Amino acid sequence: MRSVSIIGVGLTSFGEHWGKSFRELIAEAGILAIAGCNLEGKDIEAIYGGCMASGRFIGQEHIGALIADQLGVTPIPATRVEAACASGGVALRSGYLAVASGAHDIVAVGGIEKMTEVSTEQAGFALGGAGDQETELFHGATFPSLYALMARKHMKEFGTTEEQMAACAVKNHKNALLNPNAQFHREVSIEDVMKSGYVASPLKLLDCSPITDGAAAVILCETKKARKLCKNPVEIIASTQASDSLALTGRKSLTEMLATKIAAKQAYEHAKLKPKDIDFAEVHDCFTIAEIFAIEDLGFFKKGEGGKATEAGKTGLNGEIPINTSGGLKGKGHPVGATGVAQAVEAFLQLNNAAEKRQVKNANIGLTHNVGGSGATAVVHIYKKIGGKK
Amino acid sequence: MPHSALPLQWRRYPERYYLKGNYCENCKQSFFPARTVCPNCRRKGKLVEKSMPHSGKIVSWTELFVGPFGFEQETPYFLAIVELENGAKALSQIVDSDAKKIKIGAKVKKVFRKISDIDPEGPIAYGYKFKVVG
Repeated sequence: MRSVSIIGVGLTSFGEHWGKSFRELIAEAGILAIAGCNLEGKDIEAIYGGCMASGRFIGQEHIGALIADQLGVTPIPATRVEAACASGGVALRSGYLAVASGAHDIVAVGGIEKMTEVSTEQAGFALGGAGDQETELFHGATFPSLYALMARKHMKEFGTTEEQMAACAVKNHKNALLNPNAQFHREVSIEDVMKSGYVASPLKLLDCSPITDGAAAVILCETKKARKLCKNPVEIIASTQASDSLALTGRKSLTEMLATKIAAKQAYEHAKLKPKDIDFAEVHDCFTIAEIFAIEDLGFFKKGEGGKATEAGKTGLNGEIPINTSGGLKGKGHPVGATGVAQAVEAFLQLNNAAEKRQVKNANIGLTHNVGGSGATAVVHIYKKIGGKK
Repeated sequence: MPHSALPLQWRRYPERYYLKGNYCENCKQSFFPARTVCPNCRRKGKLVEKSMPHSGKIVSWTELFVGPFGFEQETPYFLAIVELENGAKALSQIVDSDAKKIKIGAKVKKVFRKISDIDPEGPIAYGYKFKVVG
């Protein structure tokens, strides 16, 4: 397998884009990424686009060809990748494999979701498709309720508190304030979260990531070529993915995500690194409890210690291991198909000292973690700063 | 609209009405709902139909205040993961129970209820829910 690097990134702002359609958003992100590394459309050999539920959100399928068409890069192969909220992460891995295998030298990976053109109820229904339609949704489950079931068990087993979960939301809103592309630019307090009303107990409204429009893109290139083309390539030193039962009832444990643990273990082995070598991470905080699961399952903290570590500020911007410097899904927003790619954009910016006010000092190694559904898909990528042309 | 097509409901009657699942005679594990292949033994597995016990205990629970389509009239309602006496698990609503008694470890038994009535042109969906006993 060949080494693969990111040479360009593009991100739209995240939020309610009433003035822009799906196709405009993905074209905007793609053009930013291609122009950012001084390439032209004709240099792109293939496209992988992550998108979860465009059929339900905007009535449009056949997204791969749509993206190639809108970017003006037909007739190159263009493929949609779907793995619920992990669509972006799996698209990134698909692009990575295409370059690593030697099939292509330069590919564009996009991620997008346009979620605000339907009502909140319809959006909830579209997102429900990430769970098990016949055994979960049928009985009245919603996504917040599935994570609430995990949260309750974690609280019972390890003494995790609602305040500790709230601390994730508080931190991520604080980080989002420093990210110009984030959906929310306002701080929230523990009290705000605690008073925000139950959606599915013990999870409250401010424990949940929002409904968001947005798109992200990265350009991947074989590393030797990347060093010649680009001043600041970021090497992807691990790209791993694992699966688990679609429904929560099929899981061995409700207090860990086995797919995350397995993908992480393989990623650390590939990269020859340990969790303590990671300088910062973007993790999948679709709900605050999901961030606590992630920082435990990725090995940053012992099982059961994630809530306490968050409350103690260990995951803050200047903490032991900064988590979700971008604001995460909670603060930056969660356009589901775009999220996994947007995480890679943040890793690229951090490793290039380009994250402005939210820059992590001495960032050399970063990790991203993207989850589909209630944990049935997990994708982990590890990135390393390398030098390119002068 | 959620998926509640008549053929889907009909296929699921044994599971949703009677807690029918299956059991692998090779590894002795029960599955609910029934699986096509035993995930432990794969082709060496021998799956046979089996009724699940109608009693179990709550593994975890939540109270939903924002329900999906078709459940507006039920909201708020309790949802739980129930571990049946043979170890198989089911996600289900908890009904007819004192809210104070709905907790992890509480014993529950199966009851038969209407699940949702979302499609004015389609069939009403029935199935299992659970209630706390004692």
